[in-house]
Amino acid sequence: MSFNRVYGLFLRHFFLIKGSLPRILDLIYWPTIQIILWGFISKFFSAYSDYYNNTIGVILTCAILYDFLFRSSISFNMLFLEEIWSRNFTNLFIAPLRISEIIISLVFTALIRTLIGLVPAILITSPLFGISILTLGIPLFFLFLSLYIFGITLGLFVSSGLLRYGPAFENIAWSSLFLLAPLGCIYYPIEILPVFFQNFAKILPLVYIFEETRSILVNQSVNYSNLKIAFGLNAFYLTIGILLFYTSFGQARKKGSLINIGE
Amino acid sequence: MENLITVENLSKKYSSIEAVKNLNFTINENEILALLGPNGCGKTTTIAMMLGLLKPTSGRVLIHGQDIEKNRISLLHKMNFISPYIELPKKLTVKENLIVYGNLYGIKKIETRIEYLVEKLRLSEFIYKKTGELSSGQKNRVSLAKALINEPSVLFLDEPTASLDPETGDFVRSFIEKISSEKKMSILLASHNMNEVKRLCKKVLMMKNGLIIDEGTPDNLINKHGKKNLEEVFLKLNRNKNEL
Repeated sequence: MSFNRVYGLFLRHFFLIKGSLPRILDLIYWPTIQIILWGFISKFFSAYSDYYNNTIGVILTCAILYDFLFRSSISFNMLFLEEIWSRNFTNLFIAPLRISEIIISLVFTALIRTLIGLVPAILITSPLFGISILTLGIPLFFLFLSLYIFGITLGLFVSSGLLRYGPAFENIAWSSLFLLAPLGCIYYPIEILPVFFQNFAKILPLVYIFEETRSILVNQSVNYSNLKIAFGLNAFYLTIGILLFYTSFGQARKKGSLINIGE
Repeated sequence: MENLITVENLSKKYSSIEAVKNLNFTINENEILALLGPNGCGKTTTIAMMLGLLKPTSGRVLIHGQDIEKNRISLLHKMNFISPYIELPKKLTVKENLIVYGNLYGIKKIETRIEYLVEKLRLSEFIYKKTGELSSGQKNRVSLAKALINEPSVLFLDEPTASLDPETGDFVRSFIEKISSEKKMSILLASHNMNEVKRLCKKVLMMKNGLIIDEGTPDNLINKHGKKNLEEVFLKLNRNKNEL
C-alpha cells in the first residue's frame, strides 16, 4: 500500500470540498437540521402526549404527504441533474426547446417519478399498520395537489440555481426540503415553534396543508380556508419560481454556463 | 451563392476579459469554413454565440438572414452541433437517444430518418446498445447521427475527429464531405487537425486572442506565409507575438 496514493486520493476530495462553500455548508447542514426537527417533535410529544388518540395514523399520514412533497421536488431536480451528470446539457439547449416546454415536461415527468415511488409506500401502510391515507377523503386530492405545486416550485428554485451556478448548487437540491421540514410544521402545530420561527413558518403553504391534515384526522372536520391560503401562497411562489427560471436562463446565456457545465 | 451565415462585429466580454473581439465573416451555402486557433483563442465562444447558447456583448449572427438572438427557436430547427465535450445520455440505447432527439427537433417520420442515418453511418450493429457502452469511434458516429437527425442546413463541428483512430477519422471526414455537398450544408469546423482542414475546407479563419488574425483558402495561406503546410502556418502565426 502506498501512502502517497492514499493521500493523493484524499487530496482529490479535500481540494473539492475546500474550494466549494456549498459543499462545506452541506456537511454542517444535515446534522443541524435533523437535531432541530427531532427536537421540536420531541418537545411536542412530551408536552402534549395525550393530544392524539391516533398517533400512528397522524404521523404516518403526515410522513406520506411529506414524502410526496419531497419526491416531487427531488424528482424535478433529478431530471435536471441527470442532464448535467450525463453531459447532455448543451445538447438540450441547442435543440429548439422553449423554456415553457422544458418546465411542462419536467412537471409531468416528475409526477410520474413521484407516483412510481410513492404508490407502493401508500399501499403497504394499510396491511402493515392498519392505516389508510384515503380516510382523508376528497380533501386528500387538494392536499396532494397543493403539495405537488409547492414541490415543483422548490424544484424550479433549485433548477434555476443549477442553471445559474452549475453543479456546485447540487447540494442545495438535496437540502432544500429538509430546511423546510422543521418550519413546515409537518408533525406538530405551529405553536410549538419559537415565535421568531413562527413568523417564517406562516409564509409557507406547508403549515396550512399539514395543519389541515391533522385537523381532518384528529377532529374529523374539514376547514377549506387552510387549503385556500395554501393555494394562494403556492400561486405566489410558483409565479416567482417560473420568473426566476427564465431569469436564470438569461443569466446563464450571458455567463456561458450552458456551454461548459461540469464539476 | 447565398450567404447562409453572416457574423457581424461579434464580441463577447466576461467582466474584464474580452474573449471574442469584433469578428466579421460569412459562410456560404454548401461551404465548409474552418476556425483555427490555439486553445482559449475564442473558437468555442464564437460557436456558442452562433448557436444562441451565449449572448453576445455586441454584434450579431444572422442565419438564413435572421438574427439568432431574435429567432433562436425557429433557427435551431435548422442547425445542429457536435463536440467531443458533450455527450448523449449514457444509459439510453443509441436508438432511444435518436428517438428522443427526433422528437425534440419535431421530426415527422422519425423511424425513416433513423433508418437512413443507421445505414449511412453504419450504426446497425450497436443501435440497441447503451450509448455509454460504445467505443469512442462508435459514440462519435452516434453523435453525428444526432447532429444530422433534423437535416440541418447549418452544422457546427467542434473537433469532430478528436481521439478517433485513423480509419474512423477518415470515415467521418468522408461522410462530412459527402453529406455537405449532397445537402448543400454550411459547416463551421473547429479543428486542430490541419490535414482535415485542408481536405474539407475552402476557407480558413485563423484566430488568436479573440481576433481573426488571417484568413484565406488553405493554399493561399500556405503560399502567403511561405510555408510547406497549414500546420507550419498555424505555428508561425501563434508563435509570432509581434503579429498582433
